[in-house]
Amino acid sequence: MRKITLTFVIALMVYLFASVVAHGAESKGNIILSTTTSTQDSGLLDVLVPLFEKQTGYSVKTISVGTGQALVLAARGDADVVLVHAPSLEKKYVAEGKLLNRRLVMYNDFVIIGPKDDPAKIKSVKSALAALKSIEQTKARFVSRGDNSGTHNLEKALWQQAGIQPKGAWYIESGQGMGATLGIANEKNAYTLTDRGTYLALRQRVTLPILVQGDKVLLNIYSVMEVNPANGPKINVAGGKAFADFMVSPQTQTVIKSFGTEKFGQSLFVPIAGKREEEIGG
Amino acid sequence: MQLIWEGTVKAFELVFGGNAEVWQITGLSLKISGIATLVSLLLGIPLGIALAMTRFPGRALAVASINTGMGLPPVVVGLFASIFLWRSGALGFLELIYTPTAMIIAQVIIAFPIIAGLTMASFQSLNPNLGLQLLGIGASKPQLLWLLCKEARLPLLAAVMAGFGGVISEVGASMMVGGNVRGQTRVLTTATVLETGKGNFDIAIALSLILLALSFALNFVLTHIQQREQLRWPKLS
Repeated sequence: MRKITLTFVIALMVYLFASVVAHGAESKGNIILSTTTSTQDSGLLDVLVPLFEKQTGYSVKTISVGTGQALVLAARGDADVVLVHAPSLEKKYVAEGKLLNRRLVMYNDFVIIGPKDDPAKIKSVKSALAALKSIEQTKARFVSRGDNSGTHNLEKALWQQAGIQPKGAWYIESGQGMGATLGIANEKNAYTLTDRGTYLALRQRVTLPILVQGDKVLLNIYSVMEVNPANGPKINVAGGKAFADFMVSPQTQTVIKSFGTEKFGQSLFVPIAGKREEEIGG
Repeated sequence: MQLIWEGTVKAFELVFGGNAEVWQITGLSLKISGIATLVSLLLGIPLGIALAMTRFPGRALAVASINTGMGLPPVVVGLFASIFLWRSGALGFLELIYTPTAMIIAQVIIAFPIIAGLTMASFQSLNPNLGLQLLGIGASKPQLLWLLCKEARLPLLAAVMAGFGGVISEVGASMMVGGNVRGQTRVLTTATVLETGKGNFDIAIALSLILLALSFALNFVLTHIQQREQLRWPKLS
């Protein structure tokens, strides 16, 4: 019995070490893509990344974090290419020379959801800013991401444009991803700002209805950017560019256009490669 | 409750329906945490024995550090390991960030103090005279160590279980240094976080159940070995 146990343990060790060695022999061309949770949570990257890997032979490591962190990673040279959705922040990094060649990829939109009985009476309101103002005035509960993500950045910009500094017990900062934040808003019967894709993905669990949509300020624009080789020593410049080119190629844009129709009955993203920001959403 | 039932059904579907990704994720979890535990044993047992059997200046400090290390929060380990392993970090040239190796390193930092601490405790619970006796009947130094290890094997097995249990179930460090990359560094715990974020609660529950079952199976085997060796207490009544 003891011999059997010993043999088993030794066999296990040999297997484990062998498998680590096998892991060490991965493909040479690794790319680190830093991106937002929404591209990952919606499932879009599960479709696009394998397609890219097959076309080019690169192996992609997708790191999905908040847009704020995704940009910092790239600016420090800890990623090769960025796919995020915070135009004003992105432009700052491009202006500083940390990120290069910003190209629009796709957009979807944000919506404001909230309690069915709508205590702030925003359902009839078309303007997102007016809606936020009346949420603040009635001190109706509002859940914010509070994590410097793309969604959080848009929300902050909207409050600023509305001339409000959100503060108080009604303003709840979750500090978590979109999925978790939707869950909190649902449990607390509160208003929140969400991208439509994540909202649709969680439709089964989140009973809060959409109250405000279609305002142009609620557009959610995704761009891809390459990382300046000067940011660090190990940046895979060619690989990063290959992925950025892939995202705006006509073939990929077609895939993006049809993504989600099967599962949600509507597509989650609108491809916009080659367009300018001003032309979008008219 | 409905949700837990759906998750249980889903777990059976995923495991027995031949879902390749779930098997791959489960295998990777076992591999990474298994290797991390083995490495931690190789480092932790000698250190624990040394701390238990020797006296040197600064020993109290070393013991207190190990005892603190037994409760290291995985996210703290993950944060510092990331800072070192990022390309911009001091060890960035190794290109280990977002690899299974990086996860093993982080998990060793978590498990090794647990194993060292429990080893130390189990050796300290041995009667010191036992060592003298064994030397007296002519045991060599290596023989002595081996015999003492055998004597302390029951608590040592507890150390293995605690170490493995600690790393297979942690998510903070694995998420940060591994990055939850599909097919490369996605393990049961990080996949559970992801699926919860996606709103796929049934899959998240299924993954949790697989993790629990694994943990239980392993502990069952180790407990069996441990308890088989336990001396029987006489009836006390």
